[in-house]
Amino acid sequence: MTQLANANANVVVGQLRSWNPQAVSQVVEYRGETTIIVPRELLRATAQQCKENPALNFNLLSDATCVDRFPVEPRLELNYHLVSLPRRDRIRLRTSVSAQQPVVDSLVPVWPGANWLEREIFDLFGIRFDGHPDLRRILLPEGFEGFPLRRDFPTEGKR
Amino acid sequence: MTTVETAVGTTKTMVLNMGPQHPSTHGVLRVLLELDGENVVSATPDIGYLHTGIEKSCEDKTYSQAITLTDRMDYLNPLGNNLVYCLAVEKLLGLEVPKRAQYIRVLLVELQRISSHLVWLGTHAIDMGAMSVLLYCFREREEILKIFERFTGQRMMTSYIRIGGLALQPPAGWREQVKRFVDMMPARIDEYEALLTENRIWQGRLQGVGYLSPETLIALSTTGPGLRAAGVAHDNRKAFPYSSYEEFDFNIPTRTESDCYARYLVRVAEMRESLKIVRQAVDKITDEGPFKAEAPGIVPPEREKMKTEMEALIYHFKIFTEGFSPPPGEAFATVESPRGELGCFIASDGSPKPLRVHFRGPSFINLQALPYMVKGQLIADTVACIGTIDIVLGEVDR
Repeated sequence: MTQLANANANVVVGQLRSWNPQAVSQVVEYRGETTIIVPRELLRATAQQCKENPALNFNLLSDATCVDRFPVEPRLELNYHLVSLPRRDRIRLRTSVSAQQPVVDSLVPVWPGANWLEREIFDLFGIRFDGHPDLRRILLPEGFEGFPLRRDFPTEGKR
Repeated sequence: MTTVETAVGTTKTMVLNMGPQHPSTHGVLRVLLELDGENVVSATPDIGYLHTGIEKSCEDKTYSQAITLTDRMDYLNPLGNNLVYCLAVEKLLGLEVPKRAQYIRVLLVELQRISSHLVWLGTHAIDMGAMSVLLYCFREREEILKIFERFTGQRMMTSYIRIGGLALQPPAGWREQVKRFVDMMPARIDEYEALLTENRIWQGRLQGVGYLSPETLIALSTTGPGLRAAGVAHDNRKAFPYSSYEEFDFNIPTRTESDCYARYLVRVAEMRESLKIVRQAVDKITDEGPFKAEAPGIVPPEREKMKTEMEALIYHFKIFTEGFSPPPGEAFATVESPRGELGCFIASDGSPKPLRVHFRGPSFINLQALPYMVKGQLIADTVACIGTIDIVLGEVDR
């Protein structure tokens, strides 16, 4: 099982590297899952390639989420979980953004399903997505101050 | 408000709030409908009324404590939520669960799928004006809840699936009770189908309503019965098997019409497939055997051992005070919930509390398709579409 996952991962990494050698800055293999770390500027182009390259064919965006690595900088780590329905494969794309300039290209032009996922990240982590058609808070009320899923936001709330 | 050109001239659209207290929105969903007469020009769902910050709360609990929070997300599928969370933690730890415990998990999760589909069918039938179906569905659901009560001591907030296995040994007499249910159920599903499948009002309300092409559904990240009703045979139990699903023999029901009626047919067929899996699981589960993994320091020791072994007592104490610390890293586990792909992403920094827990709720993501489904349809069709997306607001808002 693990070997199979690795073989698939090598195909994906190989395809991405042959498309653009800068696209893959690091590959992490952990517990049978492959994470491809992508430079922030190349995120949308790499995602587009993952979707449109027929050898990769990651047609479904399963999930997008963020991890706050406070106090390490760049602290905000974006994770996109991609699924290829025809190839039965999964991969994770990751990129990091700093809290000083939390802006990254939106993936809505690639997968329209990223819409609410990115709104949720914007709502709870305060990352702005460039090119998002409707970037508003989604879970919290509009007047809410702060980004509650950041690590420096107290669990019991601000009083 | 905008002006639209119609056959009789120019008219103004009006904006109508549907919800958050509307019975057909199944909880606290608010949909802003822009209407031209009775036709929907656009729909904007507004969510968050039930946001409880479960993901943030998980960061302040040890790995075992957070299980009780997962029950409360998708409250029609508590065992499935327990399962996906435990699978993610087990992946993070590299922990292997005994086969017997895996089969019991499969048994319970499949019963849960049937009970969730029963609630869906009953409430959806009420939305469409067929009142009596709800009573039949809840009659059978009650039997499933009795099985859960016997296993877990709880009817709904079960917290029965734990990291490394299960909370308790299966109770005496469970096999007979489950077998009785499995023998009774096929005839009951026939009863629902006799009431609905060929019913002309039911067909009239659902057929051709809420069509979306498979390409659109995939682009919108829709999973579960909604995607399978469009002819895409994707099911995590087959595509990415977990908990020994690869050892079970079952089919993935699909339809190609991709309307509300096809989604109904897919769910009814899924109940029958789940019964098949439950039957196989009953045969696979042995009377004797372990129900949790041997993992000192992670899985609580047996009660008897605590009274005779010093180490067992120390581990027990440590697990329930400090917790355990998985190595730093991330894991993403996915299961097929009754509503689609349910995922759990956990990041560990090597401390006893998770750095980040994220749930990929299928209700939340499937609801994105609503504006596309209802565009150009009637208000009454909006009710049918919300119904067949099958949302649970506890999971949408988390």
